[in-house]
Amino acid sequence: MINLIDISKNYGDNQAVRSIDLRIQSAKTTVLIGPSGCGKSTILRTIIGLISPDSGEVNIEGDTLRPNNLISLRRKMGYVIQEGGLFPNLSAKENVSLMASFLSWDKISIQKRIDELCDLTKFPKDALQRYPIQISGGQRQRLSLMRALMLNPNILLLDEPLGALDPLIRSELQQDLKDIFSTLGKTVVMVTHDMGEAAFFADKIVLIKDGQIMQEGNIYDLIKTPSNPFVTTFINAQRNHLEKIGDI
Amino acid sequence: MFNLLKIFSLFFLLLVSACNNPEDSDNVIKVGSKKFTESVILGKIISQLGRSEGAKVEYRKELGGTRVLWNALLNGDIDIYPEYTGTITQEILSNKTITDLKELTEELALKDIGISKPLGFNNTYAIGMKKENADKLGIKTISDLKKHPELKFGFTNEFMNRGDGWPSLKSAYGLPQKNVTGLDHDLAYRGLESGHIDAIDLYSTDAEISYYDLKVLKDDKKHFEDYFSVLLYRKDLEDRNPQALKNILKLEDSISEKEILDMNAASKIDGLSDSVVASNYLKDKYSIDTKPVKETFLSRLYRNTLQHLFLVIISLSAAIIVSIPLGILAYKNQKVGHLVLGIVGVIQTLPSLALLVFMIPFFGIGAVPAIVALFLYSLLPIVRNTYTGLKDIPRDIQESAEALGLSAFARLRLIEIPIASRSILSGIKTSAVINVGTATLGALIGAGGYGQPILTGIRLDNMGLILEGAIPAAVLALLVQGLFDLLERVIVPQGLRLEEKN
Repeated sequence: MINLIDISKNYGDNQAVRSIDLRIQSAKTTVLIGPSGCGKSTILRTIIGLISPDSGEVNIEGDTLRPNNLISLRRKMGYVIQEGGLFPNLSAKENVSLMASFLSWDKISIQKRIDELCDLTKFPKDALQRYPIQISGGQRQRLSLMRALMLNPNILLLDEPLGALDPLIRSELQQDLKDIFSTLGKTVVMVTHDMGEAAFFADKIVLIKDGQIMQEGNIYDLIKTPSNPFVTTFINAQRNHLEKIGDI
Repeated sequence: MFNLLKIFSLFFLLLVSACNNPEDSDNVIKVGSKKFTESVILGKIISQLGRSEGAKVEYRKELGGTRVLWNALLNGDIDIYPEYTGTITQEILSNKTITDLKELTEELALKDIGISKPLGFNNTYAIGMKKENADKLGIKTISDLKKHPELKFGFTNEFMNRGDGWPSLKSAYGLPQKNVTGLDHDLAYRGLESGHIDAIDLYSTDAEISYYDLKVLKDDKKHFEDYFSVLLYRKDLEDRNPQALKNILKLEDSISEKEILDMNAASKIDGLSDSVVASNYLKDKYSIDTKPVKETFLSRLYRNTLQHLFLVIISLSAAIIVSIPLGILAYKNQKVGHLVLGIVGVIQTLPSLALLVFMIPFFGIGAVPAIVALFLYSLLPIVRNTYTGLKDIPRDIQESAEALGLSAFARLRLIEIPIASRSILSGIKTSAVINVGTATLGALIGAGGYGQPILTGIRLDNMGLILEGAIPAAVLALLVQGLFDLLERVIVPQGLRLEEKN
């Protein structure tokens, strides 16, 4: 379980996150959603310790995140970002095995784990020797997911993991991702701005605006019992396009 | 990688041993000379006289200017060199009022420096013009110059600044000329010949006076002092090697103005080597048979190459070892970064010659001060490229490395430095090429290298000799560039090289 207690973060005059309290359940998929600049990525980056909050604390499975346990707690989390964040100097395989080699795993265990992950993420094994520049956007995201899962962390954090992909690849990957989440049963926190994607993945949606939580719940809660008019506005803004076309 | 390191260190050791002749420095007489022909020949004569008595002699010729030699003499980097009385009073001891040779001797003795009796000729300053030009304008004396304010003067940089040089000449004669440039003595002759300059300062024993058909203007107000040729030496030479010193001091009162003019002409006009000119003189005058050193082109090239590589490799290696951590520090800490980049930037703006001369009080002359100066010059490109190479790594990549749970050091080693490697390497390449070029100035402070034939070539107006230094230096710069291009293939990760192609 991840527990955020009274987290605030300012960038100059801009209050990116305003005293947020959030409990993220284990083995469930939680989606943080909201308009750009609402603070959803900041919250995710606070969990992995890339941002240290001005006040409040982050608790990861019972341990409070502090400078002295930052590195060990990070190794219990996997982090995937929009463009993959793959290291261009390393091959696909080296990207995935970096941490395991760093932690002196033996070669056989590394190879075994990579094989498992290739099967899980449907990453083609013959592309493992390639460099990030040589593989497609969708494959890069699969690779990034493999890297995040290498040490078998309990927690998986994804920041707009499908945001840079074209629609066909995106929907294919959406299904694969969902299958992976349900196979692994990990604690997943995903950031997106796409309501459809949120509804597709989420056990719980957290809608954020101006650094504050507007509402938490599943998609039906948000539609049927919106906590304020913004919730409805936000949902409808994304729903209306297709419905408008449907009317014609 | 380790093999590369082994080869490198082996090569390094080879160079060090090649350049350090392990001789007992106390027994060696170290002779110096300035970078004009007369001084070089006198230095050679001193060296050969010393050797004829069986002493071991090291000759550092063509050092860049009075200050360099004087400081080297005080430091003990050289033991003896030819100087002129006027230069000593006007330049070296310019804060003292000295009226005669006795006072001069006493004053020098206070600094433990001995002075010989005059060698016999007076090489005073003079002002010269092309004869045909002077005759046309009717100029015979320095006073006559007053009537021609349009004339362009080109004076040696020393003459521009010294006590009896241009400023005092100008006020003594009331000269009106405004177009006055400071330049190298040997280049001044060429400027005069080509007509870019109308009058230059001369030494009255210059072989060029007759060669270029120059008119020496009469010093009608007796402005210029006497410049009697003398030898300055460290007093401790009297104890260390009295016999050799005595032998060298045979030169007192023995070289006439005609003799020195002939020797200057033999070297500059007839193109005989300094060694041969000196040997001929000693043979004619004292029947001393010395074997002039005959160095073949190849052995000279080999020696210059070793010396040049020594300067470049040591200074560049040290710069790499220091600059990369400095660049990393600058990247990790913005405040320190600004300071570091500021300081190495300022060093880069210092004129190289000034930096070289600035090193002498601390490190004497020879390879050490040159290496220190080259080291300082090599810092900026490497520090800056390390810094920008690291700073330009996209944020998402840096954060991905951080989010994996790698320590700061592991991130540097595994991700950041490899990604910045191309930038760092190209900084090193820039430094290396600058270093190879700048190292040619090392000859001015006795470090040898490809600068030596260039200096001699300029002095003797010998294009062949200039090219003997310039071409290898250019080739070396190209080789260095090629070497780093090859290294790039080994060092820069394949993934990054692919990135460049796409």
